[in-house]
Amino acid sequence: MELHDVWFVLIAVLWTGYFFLEGFDFGVGVLTKLLARDRTEKRVLINTIGPVWDGNEVWLLTAGGATFAAFPEWYATLFSGFYLPLLIILLCLIIRGVAFEYRAKRPEERWQTNWEHAIFWTSLIPALLWGVAFGNIVRGVKIDAHKEYVGNFWDLLNPYSLLGGLVTLTLFTFHGTVFTALKTVGDIRMRARKLALALGLITAVLALGFLIWTQADNGDGKSLVAMLVAVVALAAAIVAIKLGREGWSFALSGLTIVAAVAMLFLSLFPNVMPSSLNEEWSLTVTNASSTPYTLKIMTWCAGVATPIVLLYQSWTYWVFRKRIGTQHIADAAH
Amino acid sequence: MDLALAPETLARWQFGITTVYHFLFVPLTISLAALTAILETAWVRTGKEHYLRATKFWGKLFLINIAMGVVTGIVQEFQFGMNWSDYSRFVGDVFGAPLAFEALIAFFFESTFIGLWIFGWDKLPKKLHCATIWMVSIGTVLSAYFIIAANAFMQHPVGYKIAERDGVKRAELTDFAKVLFQETTLVNFFHVIAASILVGGAFMTGIAIFHLRKKQHTRTMRMSLRVGLVTAFVGTLLTVISADTLGKVMYEQQPMKMSAAEALWESEKPAPFSLFAYGDVAKGHNEVAIEIPGVLSFLAKNNFSAEIPGINDLNKEAQDKFGPGDYRPNIPTAYWSYRWMIGFGGVSMILCTAGLWLTRRKFWLAPEHRTGEDDVPKLMLTKNRELAPRLGTWWWRLSQWTLIFPLIGTAWGWIFTETGRQPWVVYGVLKTEDAVSPGVSQGEVLTSLIVFTLIYAILAVIEVRLLLKYVRKGPPELTEADLNPPTKIGGPPGGASADTDPEAEADRPMAFSY
Ligand code: HDD
Ligand code: HEM
Ligand code: HEM
Repeated sequence: MELHDVWFVLIAVLWTGYFFLEGFDFGVGVLTKLLARDRTEKRVLINTIGPVWDGNEVWLLTAGGATFAAFPEWYATLFSGFYLPLLIILLCLIIRGVAFEYRAKRPEERWQTNWEHAIFWTSLIPALLWGVAFGNIVRGVKIDAHKEYVGNFWDLLNPYSLLGGLVTLTLFTFHGTVFTALKTVGDIRMRARKLALALGLITAVLALGFLIWTQADNGDGKSLVAMLVAVVALAAAIVAIKLGREGWSFALSGLTIVAAVAMLFLSLFPNVMPSSLNEEWSLTVTNASSTPYTLKIMTWCAGVATPIVLLYQSWTYWVFRKRIGTQHIADAAH
Repeated sequence: MDLALAPETLARWQFGITTVYHFLFVPLTISLAALTAILETAWVRTGKEHYLRATKFWGKLFLINIAMGVVTGIVQEFQFGMNWSDYSRFVGDVFGAPLAFEALIAFFFESTFIGLWIFGWDKLPKKLHCATIWMVSIGTVLSAYFIIAANAFMQHPVGYKIAERDGVKRAELTDFAKVLFQETTLVNFFHVIAASILVGGAFMTGIAIFHLRKKQHTRTMRMSLRVGLVTAFVGTLLTVISADTLGKVMYEQQPMKMSAAEALWESEKPAPFSLFAYGDVAKGHNEVAIEIPGVLSFLAKNNFSAEIPGINDLNKEAQDKFGPGDYRPNIPTAYWSYRWMIGFGGVSMILCTAGLWLTRRKFWLAPEHRTGEDDVPKLMLTKNRELAPRLGTWWWRLSQWTLIFPLIGTAWGWIFTETGRQPWVVYGVLKTEDAVSPGVSQGEVLTSLIVFTLIYAILAVIEVRLLLKYVRKGPPELTEADLNPPTKIGGPPGGASADTDPEAEADRPMAFSY
């Protein structure tokens, strides 16, 4: 395996980490309207991800930075090509971060409800748009001989990628619901279990459709294996939550995300952004990558830093492992 | 196409606005993280309550500020790809690495440990909790280092070669250590950190004075005032030292920028330092100029009679080297941004240095002028003489109102650095006009420019009002739980007796919740 193949895998790992982690906190954001009955319950939800959402988001920044360093052409084509969707995602992430931090900092009713609306929408929209973006990457977009995206915004909204968007949205929400069941106590936990069951079934239908479509268009033997893992894991996650095994269910919904992302990247390889105009014009791991020298340095850095990051992020989850419920929310505004 | 709306112009405006806006939070984040860490360390070591109260007060302002720093930073990470795709293709091999390092090493640090700090008051033992804010502080400094290394490559490209791949030229990294440790990186980092320290010092001083003038929270605020003044003084010293080195380095690397900063049109020997100038850019000369002879020569070359090249000569030189064109940055911008940087920062430098002397502790004061730890300090000129009350009132007032002057100074510093480099985006290698995204339409850039500006303006109002609210509110009253953090991770409060009811314990509300 050459270094640019290694980096293809590492970028896939970073996106997987991002979708696994921010996946559930997008989901929890969506639940603030879907599951919570009152403000205290909303706060229970928000506080399950309070200490960790910021660290989760850095997986995205790292995926972005690493793509820039390892595959500059990919970074350039992707972010200038998907300009408007990315702009919307960025706006959501800006507002979302501020909403978490500022919501409780004033007691006024209107202030708090506004930020609560913001948390819902800014969790839902990126959860949807990431699926649309990845759907397009896998399907191939109009890229010309100069590696420039020459399509327009509407080209990005096609049935396949929109289905992809629905899959990420429902899958993340399911993942977030299982997470909620795992992290809360009392009534909200029981309702989360029930909701997870329903959401799991919807997700299963959509995901099955999307994955089969992907397999039919771009798949090979390896992606088929990944697809089967994803499907089995999702089914098992649903069974586990039905049996009340929240920890297992969360691990399995996580595995579903891992396998689904793996499948997308497997069906891409060795392309990183296929061109729908002419196969010759596709961006590949070779024609989009940095020099071996840069990749070598990056490999050292990632090799040393990533285990350390995983270590202290896991430690954070361990420190905040206690379940929370409405009784843990002090009413005084800060 | 109308030049005012050309994608390049729009993209530049957008980059300038979003980056300067991002940087309004950066120096405060860097300095307040360290100051909060220092205050918490003082609490851990001495157990004195006013340190804890101060930690919570300044920590809260720090959190309100860093939240905005983080979300505006996210935009920065992706902007290069969105608006500057040709730039990204050209330099990605060199420029991407420090950016990725920053994310992997610094951002994970910052954002993971800040979660632990915010939510960890009732979960972590004192010392461990204090360690988390130090981790955040280290993260902010590392992040500054890597991004400045990236920026220094744009100011003074090193450690690369130009190579061709598939018929397209690009910069390829040949020596990463050079990019990370070149002189330009080191002096710029030094200058930015020094300026950040000044920013935090002046901010703390101003807010402490706000409360002291109202005679409220005097114990905490008197201590904060001294911490602020000492910080500002350290910042002042370091800023001046770093600025001197930086100026000399820049005169070697980008003489055009520095001559533009002085509106020095013709080469002169010795060259004067300009105090005020009004000139005609098209004709290339000043109509009005007030100058101190010889000083520029000294600042640039350590020698009062050295020759300093003028803008017109440098422009000709560049035309010979790079072909026809105008190689001058926007001269009025360079000239005035340089002066605003020094001017705004300088005001606080003077006020805070004076304040450090005026509010000194008892050792140098006659006994009848000494004040207690709960009193507002007297402003003492000499051992026995108090500063005239009129002047004293002015010192209090001005020092309060200049609390964000250094912050404004740092923004002008970047505007100077970045606009002074024009027309180059990578100095001498890639022009800004060749760096924009060719595939992105005018409408798209315009949309994002407008949307970002609008949302940033709204967020600015929200953030400033929130800061004001918490500044006015002052340090919080401490609770039992605050004073008795757990002694082991996730354990019960430190003061709890052995027979605490485990069930009540399990239902104890969180010390902090969103
Ligand atoms: C001299 C310091 C400095 C400079 C020039 C910049 N930043 Fe910055 N940045 C910081 C210093 C910093 C910081 C102090 O580390 C911040 C401020 C608030 C914070 O949380 O960290 C930060 C936050 C921050 C974040 C959010 C990190 C997180 O989630 O924790 C990103 C993605 C960036 N920055 C990216 C950039 C980019 C791409 C820049 C170049 C245009 C840039 N910053 C200029
Ligand atoms: C945070 C501090 C920074 C500030 C305040 C700042 C400010 C600016 C400003 C005002 C411009 C517009 C210049 C003009 O249009 O004439 C600009 C342009 C630019 N800066 Fe910076 N900059 C900062 C840091 C950086 C860093 C760290 C980088 C690279 C890592 C960078 C890269 C660029 C690029 C690519 C442009 C666009 C090209 C141009 O118009 O010059 N900047 N910046
Ligand atoms: C005392 C006189 C000062 C001098 C001679 C000076 C000199 C300089 C120079 C030459 C640059 C341009 C560096 C470049 O192009 O790379 C610069 C940039 C900058 N200055 Fe200053 N400076 C002074 C004071 C200040 C003060 C008081 C502040 C803060 C309030 C400040 C903040 C900045 C910042 C943030 C930058 C941009 C970052 C950088 O390029 O390092 N400076 N300064």
